[in-house]
Amino acid sequence: MYAQMIKSEATQDDPEKLAAFQARIDAGEKIEPKDWMPEGYRKTLIRQIGQHAHSEIVGQLPEGNWITRAPTLERKAILLAKVQDEAGHGLYLYCAAETLGVSRDEITEMLLDGRMKYSSIFNYPTLNWADIGAVGWLVDGAAIMNQVPLQRTSFGPYSRAMIRICKEESFHQRQGYDAIRKMAEGTPEQKKMAQDALNRLWYPSLMMFGPSDKDSVHSAQSMAWKIKMNTNDELRQKFVDQTVPQAEYLGLTIPDPDLKWNEERGHYDYTDPDWSEFFEVIKGNGPCNVDRLAARNKAWDDGAWVRDGLLAHAKKKATRQHAAE
Amino acid sequence: MATPVNKEDAFSQFLLRMGDNTLILGHRVSEWCGHAPVLEEDIALANTALDLIGQTQMWLGLAAEVQGEGKSADDLAFLRDAWDFRNVLLCEVPNGDFGRTLMRQFLFDAWHSIQLGRLMKSSDERVAAIAEKASKEVAYHLERSADTVVGLGDGTEESHRRMQEALDYLWPYVGEMFQSDEADAEMVKAGIAPDPASLREEYDVLVSRILGDATLIIPDSSFAHKGGRTGAMHTEHLGHLLTQMQWLQRAYPGAKW
Repeated sequence: MYAQMIKSEATQDDPEKLAAFQARIDAGEKIEPKDWMPEGYRKTLIRQIGQHAHSEIVGQLPEGNWITRAPTLERKAILLAKVQDEAGHGLYLYCAAETLGVSRDEITEMLLDGRMKYSSIFNYPTLNWADIGAVGWLVDGAAIMNQVPLQRTSFGPYSRAMIRICKEESFHQRQGYDAIRKMAEGTPEQKKMAQDALNRLWYPSLMMFGPSDKDSVHSAQSMAWKIKMNTNDELRQKFVDQTVPQAEYLGLTIPDPDLKWNEERGHYDYTDPDWSEFFEVIKGNGPCNVDRLAARNKAWDDGAWVRDGLLAHAKKKATRQHAAE
Repeated sequence: MATPVNKEDAFSQFLLRMGDNTLILGHRVSEWCGHAPVLEEDIALANTALDLIGQTQMWLGLAAEVQGEGKSADDLAFLRDAWDFRNVLLCEVPNGDFGRTLMRQFLFDAWHSIQLGRLMKSSDERVAAIAEKASKEVAYHLERSADTVVGLGDGTEESHRRMQEALDYLWPYVGEMFQSDEADAEMVKAGIAPDPASLREEYDVLVSRILGDATLIIPDSSFAHKGGRTGAMHTEHLGHLLTQMQWLQRAYPGAKW
């Protein structure tokens, strides 16, 4: 999941309408764009879908960082296909957001001027080739944990986008695991790269689920509306439980000396990430925040003449066609 | 540079020319990842690069097979030095702005689509099969790059100016695609590939039509830079591209990825 700390909007609609709306959600009905919905539901969803879409777009940058250095033709092709899928996810999520009344240009500008966020994970750098495997294994793995339940979310277009996205994400995760496995089973230098990637990306991956439940103030309303399906800590635990045996299989060490199986709970006990680091990254002080936003702004600004040119051409063409008729 | 004397050497040369074109251009296009002017273009550029890299796997795979020295497509891509590359210079020039990237793509796609059409009739079944698969992808590349060149050429004053500048910069790199040498003559004799010069007329008709629609003017010069497809003299840019592309393979020899 790429949405963190989504603030639920308070809602001041007619209580009768609200009750009827909630009843539809409780009955498992899907809400469609033309249906009545509380303003808070609409705004919260725009924020959540937008943050997810922006994450897909900014997420192209850390992976794109390695496309030109991919070590084989096959790895280059796999990575290109993955990044292309992610841009595609961005596209259908922006379309889902448009059904809520916000245009793609508006929502893009909110990313570019910092009014909207993207997942904190993409503010970390990809420093060696194993990071590309680790991003697929851990980052896509964490994303899937949240996105699978969201296939059942109450908003129809979002739910349908998630169904499609999840299929591709699980494929990416398998490819990522395969890439890092190759490294973990490789030369001592390759194994060192794999361990280095895990060391740097483990805690940032745990942070993807958002702050601990006791500090997560926006969850209750979103859960009632079924736009958030599980709590942050539930999903984080599930992710840890799934990932630890995979790391063991790879012969890699999770960078948490206190990590151990708790027989009584039936889960792994693990160390929480450093939440002060998380809040710094959210505030803009992660290792890559400034560069990532600068890169997106540059792409947008440098591309203005292209967008203007194509639009001007489309208008000329329409005028000529009109004149000919 | 030694001139190939027998059919095997000429065949290998031909396959390297095809595969190096797609490899180097695919690499250049992939440099755009995450930086395109609009999301649809990010997707389209990644898709084009992906097709070109896929075609590279087929051409260089066959080149390695024909050479019969136990090498793989990856060995050819990642372990040759600049003088062994046989791509035309057009493919290796830097991306420049989006306009130059798309103009380069169009000028290449136009040649590529005609070339693949001829190769589908190759006497070598393996070449014909690769050409058939690639031609479907390239038909789409050409449609898209031509549409974009027309849209931007006939867009705003600024987009027109940029596209004309791109064409002026790139036009001297067009002629090399149609130059022939002994290896080409050998391929013609064996019925494997057409004489490059024989594609020029069809190319000029296609390119003139599209650039006309784009309200752009083809420079009045037939001067052509050369040295890429023979390997005699690449641009200074290729070495930098290879430094990046080949780095992991060079730094960690023998590792499996």
